[in-house]
Amino acid sequence: MITCQNLKFAYPGERFALEIDDLCIKGGAKVALVGASGCGKTTLFNLISGILIPESGSLDVFGETPGSLSASARQQFRIRTIGMVPQNFELLDYLTIRENIELPFRITSVLSGDASVRKRCEELAERSGISDQLSKFPHELSQGERQRAAICRALIASPALILADEPTGNLDPANQEKLVSLLLEEADRLGSTLFMITHEPELIPRFDRCIDLLQLRREARV
Amino acid sequence: MNFRGLLYLGARYLTRHKARTLILVSAFTLVWLLPSLIAMVVGQVENRIRARAGETPFLLGKSGSALELAFNGLYFTKPEIQVLPFREVEAVQADDLATAIPIYSRFTAGKNRIVGTSIDYFSFRGLEIVSGRQLLRLGDCVVGAKTAEENGIVVGDAVISSPETLFDLGGVYPLKMKVVGVLARSGTPDDSAIFVDVKTCWIIEGLGHGHDGADQLDPDKLLKSDGETGVIRVNAAVEEYNEITETNAANFHFHGDTGDHPVTAAVLIPHGVKEQALLKGAMAADKSLQMVSPSEEMDELFETVFSVQQIVLWILFAVGVATVLIGVLVFLLSNRLRKDEFRQLKMLGADVSTMRALVVYEAVFVILVSLLLSGALLFLFSLVTPGIVRSVLAG
Repeated sequence: MITCQNLKFAYPGERFALEIDDLCIKGGAKVALVGASGCGKTTLFNLISGILIPESGSLDVFGETPGSLSASARQQFRIRTIGMVPQNFELLDYLTIRENIELPFRITSVLSGDASVRKRCEELAERSGISDQLSKFPHELSQGERQRAAICRALIASPALILADEPTGNLDPANQEKLVSLLLEEADRLGSTLFMITHEPELIPRFDRCIDLLQLRREARV
Repeated sequence: MNFRGLLYLGARYLTRHKARTLILVSAFTLVWLLPSLIAMVVGQVENRIRARAGETPFLLGKSGSALELAFNGLYFTKPEIQVLPFREVEAVQADDLATAIPIYSRFTAGKNRIVGTSIDYFSFRGLEIVSGRQLLRLGDCVVGAKTAEENGIVVGDAVISSPETLFDLGGVYPLKMKVVGVLARSGTPDDSAIFVDVKTCWIIEGLGHGHDGADQLDPDKLLKSDGETGVIRVNAAVEEYNEITETNAANFHFHGDTGDHPVTAAVLIPHGVKEQALLKGAMAADKSLQMVSPSEEMDELFETVFSVQQIVLWILFAVGVATVLIGVLVFLLSNRLRKDEFRQLKMLGADVSTMRALVVYEAVFVILVSLLLSGALLFLFSLVTPGIVRSVLAG
């Protein structure tokens, strides 16, 4: 469960400020986050994942308060709890798709990798339709395939929360549909909470709930 | 930080950028290797040259360049140096102050130097004959190992001295010499020489010659024969021998006093400290001669070489600093290009130390591998260069 109350954050030296009075997302929910560009959707994700620290208010993510944790504890929390799917399907160009998917197990000792990681990687790739691309490098794949690989990487550690930052933004409608289906299915399979930023109205009905961040901010100001 | 994962990621990054890594490693390897290699080669050359100079107590020669005399006496180079009369060598020997070994290194047979000396030279240098025998008579020659090997010469073959000028009718004409022995390899300039008795050199020079005796001559070629003095005069049609054989050896003779005949140098081995002091005194009094210590000459030479080496090393140091600075620039630019990669790793949960370690990894890898590579290359060169130095100094 994610809850926040009277949350406030501002970038130093900038006029922009994110204020949310009250927000609650239940565990296992599939939530779409919408709002105009620049309204603070990615900032909210960074606050939830502990990359940014709130100025004031409370933010509780699956029993932890990221803002009150030390830097290393925040890092451990992020690795154990959150799987992030970035907007620009960022994969390391010098690693194969398999190595990219298994990357969270290589960059930290918080996760213990063993033979099951390899098996899980293959299962995820199979379900994502990229099982024959595992030995290739990112530049050899299409945009849709790279985004699916990024989703596999976010799911490899079976996170309780999946934060997907507009992952369909660069894809055609057919691929958008496939990708959202994959995310929803995998979130269901893991029992994870899916919180996804999107600008595609036609995708919203597939989620349990839709949060308009602009609306939340207006409510906060009133 | 996952150390194994870090090593893996670093290695994958470097192997993915092979060309850049290879260029950086090569550049840094050269930076570490070149100064050490130059110092090593110069050291080995110095040791070899000093060893031969150290084994030669003194060299006697005509006044002039002491260094040229040292090179002529040790390496048989500088054939153009002023000669001294053989009488001076005989005088030292007669005074019983030192053993004097003449060296007359002016002529060649092809590209090999003909060295006129005495058989004392071989025991003095510790040269062993591996096949054949020592010099016994005029026209005999003993060849160095490299001369024999490169020219395919064996005992019983002949070598012919090279004429100095094509139309020098009065002097240096080709003399066919019989190879009677081949020396064992010594790794010194002796390997490339052809040793003959000093008198054979004088025959090459035309100071001695051989032709048919008066009783064998065609009367038309005999101008005058004095039965009492034995002096005969012949015309220019008398043919001189161009080879010394068992049958004609007796007909070879020298005109004039052999004490006047030239040598380029003489090795002097004083019989003791007192004799050495007396010898130095005597030579100091005679301004037409010089007695040099090859070791001292080489010390002076290496002072100059050392200065040049220092300049070269400073230049290499400057090139090295420039290379390192370019390397640093490459690393900095590389890290700017990797900004997105580090942001991504942070998003996935990598801590700051992991990302710093990834940055350092590339630099440490390049420096360590180049150091190891330069060490390995230096070791390989240390195995090969002594042979090369020996071969180069052997001529």
